[in-house]
Amino acid sequence: MSADNKPGSAKGRAIRPGEGFRELGLLMFIVLLCIGFQARNSSFLTLANIQDLLANTAILGILAVGMLVVIITAGIDLSIGATIALAGMTSALTVAALPGISPLLSLVEGMAVGLAVGTVVGLLVARFNILPIIATLGMMNIVRGVTYIESKGAWVSSYQMSDGFLNISRGTILGANNLVVMAVAIFIAAWYFLSHTRTGRRLYAVGSNPEAADVSGIPRRRLVWLAYAIMGVLSGLAGVLWVSKFASAQGDTAVGYEMSVIAACVLGGASITGGSGKISGLILGTILLGMLNNALPLINVSPFWQQLIQGAVILAAIIMNVAVKRNNQRSALRKRAI
Amino acid sequence: MAERSISVDRPRGLRTFFLQWEWLLVLIFVVVNVINSNLSPYYLNLGSLVGSTNAFLDMAFLVLPMTFVIVLGCIDISVASTVALSAVIMATSFNAGLPMPLAMALCLVVSTACGLVNGLILVKFKELPAMIVTLSTMIVYRGIAYVILEDQASGHFPNWFSFLGWGSIGPLPFILIAFAACAVLFGLLLHKTSFGRKVFAMGNNLTAARYSGIKTDSVIVAVFALTGLMAGVTALFLTSRMGSTRPNVAQGYELAVIAMVVLGGVSTSGGSGRIGGPILAIFIIGYLTYGLGLVNIKANVLLIIIGSLLILSVLVLNLRFGKGHRRPASPNAKMIAAGKAPDAKL
Repeated sequence: MSADNKPGSAKGRAIRPGEGFRELGLLMFIVLLCIGFQARNSSFLTLANIQDLLANTAILGILAVGMLVVIITAGIDLSIGATIALAGMTSALTVAALPGISPLLSLVEGMAVGLAVGTVVGLLVARFNILPIIATLGMMNIVRGVTYIESKGAWVSSYQMSDGFLNISRGTILGANNLVVMAVAIFIAAWYFLSHTRTGRRLYAVGSNPEAADVSGIPRRRLVWLAYAIMGVLSGLAGVLWVSKFASAQGDTAVGYEMSVIAACVLGGASITGGSGKISGLILGTILLGMLNNALPLINVSPFWQQLIQGAVILAAIIMNVAVKRNNQRSALRKRAI
Repeated sequence: MAERSISVDRPRGLRTFFLQWEWLLVLIFVVVNVINSNLSPYYLNLGSLVGSTNAFLDMAFLVLPMTFVIVLGCIDISVASTVALSAVIMATSFNAGLPMPLAMALCLVVSTACGLVNGLILVKFKELPAMIVTLSTMIVYRGIAYVILEDQASGHFPNWFSFLGWGSIGPLPFILIAFAACAVLFGLLLHKTSFGRKVFAMGNNLTAARYSGIKTDSVIVAVFALTGLMAGVTALFLTSRMGSTRPNVAQGYELAVIAMVVLGGVSTSGGSGRIGGPILAIFIIGYLTYGLGLVNIKANVLLIIIGSLLILSVLVLNLRFGKGHRRPASPNAKMIAAGKAPDAKL
């Protein structure tokens, strides 16, 4: 399949207005959805509800940033659900054993676990040339198995966790939930990293044309490794936040969550073939997915419809995306003809 | 990467014969069995060895068409959702009064339609990678299953329906016979028909295949529809074995099936692989599960073993076939190209 989308989906300047249009379209869709929700239930656009929605979406957003970095290098990471579980379980077990441990240390611990997993995945992909989907599929199984062994199949419940640990996700900074603050900080850092640093730009180069990146002296393997390491650290962080937020660590935490994260990236306009994807689109994609996840019960939509609506929106978004791109190319061709 | 030659003069000789991936799989298979029989005295018993196959063969029906999909250079992660949707529709239509044979036919029709939709979207919107299309249809299909059945289970099938999953003809379980028949059919289709050759050609170089006159669109649609059909077959056997169905049935099958295909030596960049490898992989993983279950080794250790097996097998495949591989990277496989820079050091 990929033979066709290479020449077709030019990533050059010609497509720029289209990408802006795409994000505008996404924004308009979100606004329309907000108006619709508000009309059905007037408590939708209240500060409390918006804060709630953002806090529920923050973890998805943090993970989506990591996934975006990986997808930009033309990779994919299916192991993050398992990494979330392992990091969350490790930090929860530590807290259960040492209730006095500082919450900050718990976060660092989770991130270290995530970094370890990410490093191994990066090593497999970058050094041993294993296709990302296979390497991360294998690691998904391994990490999940390690989680079950570590926890001996048991759960860590909220009464075993210290208040400090639970307050990681409950506390507020300047009136905003900690999770939201962290997600915003990570969005800003990632935006600066991807758009304004040399390493960030090189990631795009690696993703859009690996041979050209090699020829121009970019340390491609090291960058791919870095991408998976970033993904690992962020999923480790998300693991601790997840356990703190839901106040329970289980072996099957976040099973299948990788698909939601990939969906957020795709909704946000990242191309799975690599080399494109922006933080601005990602934020919109994450918010849209978060709204579909959290706001449907508010307007009395049965939770059983949630998955279908979510899937239909994603399918419509990717197909619209293609249609817009085609339209753009056609008009660009027409301009050239005159 | 595995060898990607489809030329007529494929080298033949003892050396190449014994250096095939399948022999390594046979070796793993033997090792698994030897370990198992040492671990448990109950293992090496022909009756239970054959009888245990109905515990893992329902998924195996998906491995066959998935081999086609992956040889084509695509991927289909919506298969498990298709299984769930067709099983749910079969159960609800039966409980709404449809006779069971018709409900079973409806199950196959629904699943084939799901596959057809995947194929048609892929063909109409060529810019979209199969991964993304099937990711969204995966969510949609399972979403429909949830809308139909919510969190209920549906069952009460007639007694004869359980024959599919539990019955046997002579000493052989019916599911094993059915799988063997399907395996032979798919093997012939992949290796002995022009359709199979077209699939290989497209997996190697889609553009070249199109310019040499292959109707690539119809091949893609056919392969995905076939995958849907087999998802329906899986739904029949799985539902029969479980006795009832729920919308969350077969969760995670897609990744397990892909893992088996890859373990079987089929390269995810397309254009290479043989049907025998994935079939061996099914039995390796199946007997590993069965044998370790006998000696009470937990499923989580098994997860680790399967994951490591997957990574190690691809690693060995890369080291074994990666060297001396002189063919330039084909333009359609950017991901292979990503792994092929001569000496970029870490």
